[in-house]
Amino acid sequence: MKADTKGVLTGLHFMDGDHSCCEGLLAAGCRFIGGYPITPSTEVVERFAERIPKVGGVFIQMEDEIASSIVIQGAVWAGLKAATVTSGPGFSLMMEHIGLAAMTETPCVFVNVQRGGPSTGLPTLPAQSDMMQAKWGSHGDYEIIAVSPNSPQECFDFAILAFNYAEQYRVPVMLMMDECVGHMYERVKIPSADEIELVERRWATCAAGEYLTYKPDADLVPRMAKAGDGCRILVESLTHDERGYPVITPQAQKKLVSRLVNKIKNNAHKIYKYEEYKIEDAEVIVVSYGITSRVAFKAVELARQKGIKAGLLRLIVVWPFPEKKIEELAAKTKAFVTAEMNLGQIVLEVERCAHGKAKTLLAGHAGGTVHRPEEILEVIEKAISPNSSVGIWEL
Amino acid sequence: MTQTLELKDKMEGLLRTNRLPHVWCSGCGIGIVLNSFLRALIASETDENKVAVSCGIGCTARISGYMNIDGFHMTHGRALAFATGLKLANPALKTVAIGGDGDMIAIGGNHFIHAARRNIDMLVICVNNFNYGMTGGQAAPTTTKESCGTTAPYGSFENPFNLPFIADACGAVYVARWTAFHVRQLQLSIQEALKKKGFSFIEIFSQCTELFLRKNKYGAGLDEMKFFKQNSVIKNGADTREAEFNSRNDKIVVGKFVDRERPDFKESMDGYFGKVLKDKFIRYEGPLQTKI
Ligand SMILES: Cc1ncc(C[n+]2csc(CCOP(=O)(O)OP(=O)(O)O)c2C)c(N)n1
Ligand code: SF4
Ligand SMILES: [Mg+2]
Repeated sequence: MKADTKGVLTGLHFMDGDHSCCEGLLAAGCRFIGGYPITPSTEVVERFAERIPKVGGVFIQMEDEIASSIVIQGAVWAGLKAATVTSGPGFSLMMEHIGLAAMTETPCVFVNVQRGGPSTGLPTLPAQSDMMQAKWGSHGDYEIIAVSPNSPQECFDFAILAFNYAEQYRVPVMLMMDECVGHMYERVKIPSADEIELVERRWATCAAGEYLTYKPDADLVPRMAKAGDGCRILVESLTHDERGYPVITPQAQKKLVSRLVNKIKNNAHKIYKYEEYKIEDAEVIVVSYGITSRVAFKAVELARQKGIKAGLLRLIVVWPFPEKKIEELAAKTKAFVTAEMNLGQIVLEVERCAHGKAKTLLAGHAGGTVHRPEEILEVIEKAISPNSSVGIWEL
Repeated sequence: MTQTLELKDKMEGLLRTNRLPHVWCSGCGIGIVLNSFLRALIASETDENKVAVSCGIGCTARISGYMNIDGFHMTHGRALAFATGLKLANPALKTVAIGGDGDMIAIGGNHFIHAARRNIDMLVICVNNFNYGMTGGQAAPTTTKESCGTTAPYGSFENPFNLPFIADACGAVYVARWTAFHVRQLQLSIQEALKKKGFSFIEIFSQCTELFLRKNKYGAGLDEMKFFKQNSVIKNGADTREAEFNSRNDKIVVGKFVDRERPDFKESMDGYFGKVLKDKFIRYEGPLQTKI
């Protein structure tokens, strides 16, 4: 399905990541945002509030993020594409409804322009410290998808990617930006609507009387009908069967929750996205994502100039985590350096998947500013020094 | 006779009969509310394919699961926020939120006042049983003074909310209160409210037989029905400040208190954008038709 021209601001622009993200959401067909102001994400909804009356859709500033994160799900079940936008403190309030979206299989997008935490933390300064929260923040077992842009251009591109994943797998998708990417101005090229490929909602194709809200297709994802279609849908936050009827038993729990997890796990090979740079002969591989991956790229260049065989694995999709890729690389390389703007989150995943076959080090800090390339370089050098041991990461 | 049979068929068509028996205790008032709601849907000739019922969590909130119409059983307290999304994204839907007192006015209180303030076009039905039924009879923001709950073992000393007054103050266009005893008035009230455009609110005093009544030794379900009957005074058009029900010694003021016109959220939005943006404004009409 091609994008609707009304939402696509085709042309070359000079804009920051927040504004570009808003254009990406519009291009993806998002016609509903419920939001609550919070730095450094507010510009996304401010632009949407300005744009949407001229595109056709709804913006509503809700009373809080709890409301924002569920009003969008009402809009989705009424047939729209919808998103909400926030930063750390608001993201914490949204956890309730990230779980709800996972449980009810409501396709929607949560944009988190990350800032330093915990609590109110650093409202105006960047961090990448909500990465684990994005995956584990709500209670219970479930899977989500998270993508991490490293430029204003990618804030546009990945907003579309996020919606495509959400529709394909009927999961909440997190667009994990950060303050730096959100406020950085760069060239953004918005293609024409017919160059933008969108995944259409997986609408039910059966007769209304035969429709079951939670009967999955072969890929474990059920089809959707919207309110008002005459399908008499039952959307249920309790553990439920294919009809949406609550069933409070271990058997029903196993069947449902395993499917919610497996629909992502089994399809993970189609979801993973990463970029590799000078990986082939690398003895040290820097793993990074978001804005930090741009600094990591520079650090790899500096290392190469010093004769160190360094490479970069830049994660575009952070969740699901590319387990197989890390396992494969661990067999070939000597060390991983995970560069991220936190005190050690994704490095735990790298460590887990390396199975002790390669050293795993962290180039991290508590947030507030992007790394300097030299800081990452230092850890790369430490990684190849014979004195550093497996599994050590220093702060 | 034929008429009652027809009604029975219609009622059954609106129930997911394969889900019965329901979870409610015998004598509980929630079933009366379900019955009145379905009768009102039928009598008002509302297109049942265009009705969506949004519920939070609680004994009352289980109601959507038994109705054979589009139903949503969401998170505790958030039914109105969800319903706001449904309604704004598809203005053709008749959106209804049904829930308990704890659901709607404790954890969901913020969403309640804002949905009323915005005048979102929805019917909100709150079953006030003066306690948290689902979780075992804890005190609620509606618990009458000196009545006990499991978390107020010596009786409650807090002031309870006057829900019609809150709804009125926040701008609801229709506000009524009945009890589980007033089945006829309740059904007519729901019928009337279904036809209203804007935020309509109906509170229903109801008996929680197993917890609130038992714990407080207020008698059985039938005794509470008698209590409702004997202590209610019908005061249509009453000032909602008079609707206070602070203790079991107070009179229960019931009736239709508010019935007024006010542009709803969508009308206000469309009217205003049309005025300031003129021909640049693209009015949102609803989602595209899907294959079904
Ligand atoms: C976030 C959250 N907090 C608490 C609960 C537990 N809980 C379930 S129902 C309920 C209260 C029910 O009371 P009410 O809304 O009055 O409904 P009733 O059962 O009385 O009809 C509570 C506290 C929950 N499900 N979710
Ligand atoms: S606990 Fe109370 S409110 Fe819940 S079903 Fe039983 S009687 Fe009704
Ligand atoms: Mg209650």
